[in-house]
Amino acid sequence: MFVINCPYCGERDQSEFSCGGEAHIVRPKQPTELSDDEWAEYLFMRKNIKGVQFERWNHAHGCRKWFNMVRDTSNDKIHAVYKMGEKPPVI
Amino acid sequence: MKNKYSIFSLIKNAFSQHENWKQAWGNPEPRKEYEAVIVGGGGHGLATAYYLAKKHNMKNIAVLEKGWIGGGNTGRNTTIIRSNYLWDASAGLYDHALKIWENLSQELNYNIMFSQRGVMNLAHNLQDVRDLKRRTHANRLNGIDAVWLDTKQVKEFCPIINISQDIRYPVLGGTLQRRAGTARHDAVAWGYARGADAMGVDIIQNCEVKGIKRNGDQVEGLDTTKGFIKTKKIGVVAAGHSSVIANMAGLKLPLESKPLQALVSEPVKPIIDTVVMSNAVHAYVSQSDKGELVIGAGTDAYISYTQRGSHDVVEGTLKAILELYPIFSRMKMLRQWGGIVDICPDASPIISKTNIKGLYFNCGWGTGGFKATPGSGDLFAHTIANDEPHKLNAAFNLNRFVSGDLVDEHGAAAVAH
Repeated sequence: MFVINCPYCGERDQSEFSCGGEAHIVRPKQPTELSDDEWAEYLFMRKNIKGVQFERWNHAHGCRKWFNMVRDTSNDKIHAVYKMGEKPPVI
Repeated sequence: MKNKYSIFSLIKNAFSQHENWKQAWGNPEPRKEYEAVIVGGGGHGLATAYYLAKKHNMKNIAVLEKGWIGGGNTGRNTTIIRSNYLWDASAGLYDHALKIWENLSQELNYNIMFSQRGVMNLAHNLQDVRDLKRRTHANRLNGIDAVWLDTKQVKEFCPIINISQDIRYPVLGGTLQRRAGTARHDAVAWGYARGADAMGVDIIQNCEVKGIKRNGDQVEGLDTTKGFIKTKKIGVVAAGHSSVIANMAGLKLPLESKPLQALVSEPVKPIIDTVVMSNAVHAYVSQSDKGELVIGAGTDAYISYTQRGSHDVVEGTLKAILELYPIFSRMKMLRQWGGIVDICPDASPIISKTNIKGLYFNCGWGTGGFKATPGSGDLFAHTIANDEPHKLNAAFNLNRFVSGDLVDEHGAAAVAH
């Protein structure tokens, strides 16, 4: 459990948020032309990194807005929080 | 087996104040090359090595463990064993394991304290009642013992349960698998380690894998903290750290690793002689032979490798425990811990070849791998030795995420994930 600095609401307990998993997975532009392997890659395969990871979070019990976060999954330390559409910071 | 444990060896060693028991397994340095290497010295990994040696006559093998054997999820789970899964493939897999559990102490000549005390799953709403009844029917069609109990029968089977209809999630009934139960979790790792060691398997502790060497699409060996080890077959059984090993081989898996917590209370006299699980309120409880209540909580809903977990998850579980068992209201909790579980999108495991030759994965057991330990080891050993899955684990291949032929146990497996 940790404290997250929501870009819209400020610091709140992690229990107010829900995690949307790995960030920056781009939705296929031409879904009809995708092979089964490519669909599997998009839908299921994840880096699941032990270390610095870029991920999506939602302030589910607050403003309900989505944003991105850079967090070290080996110690839960948060390195950066940034809004959707913003360029990911270099960590 | 040399140094067989029996009443006679017990008496003999009593005369020397139990100071001359031999080490149950050795502590060798790694050789330069092995026929196969198992990565991960938990229950599943040690069982795999044991069955590779016993059933497939592969003796030149090693188990690499980065910490100490059984120090990961094998020593962190709530020891529940059952096979009452909904889908045919899962029923086959988990009941195969349960059948091995039933003779495992004898097979290993090691007391794993297997206790068929029954596992009861409670229903708290009408949908639970429908789902659980459906599951008992499916179980029985698959030859797995399962009965439906109404509220009164639940109370008779476990008298400390609060069956008041005025609580937030009243007990509307439950299912019971009498062949299910518990086992002493670290004894399982120790028993398999001793059995594998006796057949010549090298169990190498404090040896972390740092890289996997490939020549094209064939594995050639592993870089470890104890140097390079050459091998043509690598079986990875690294639980929460499966993705970390997969990334070393340039492979992505459909897994997310999350902390799962459990806790035990101070020891008390026998009060609950079965295992009660409740999916809707997420509270599992049983009592260890030492007298501690063993309580299972839920996973944290985000990826983390921290082996701790959040306080609010434990709080939620204990609230549910108190409502169902008001008698525990003044119990003190003694210890709390977390383990990292690797969860698949369909909440079923992967026991599979990969598209890299000689690289096999046994992972994705999520929150419920302990119960499958012997079956998982047996089937993974078969897969590694023959380079083909056994019919019981054929459905649990990695390719199901491409073909779409998932074994969707989410919500069907009698627990929430």
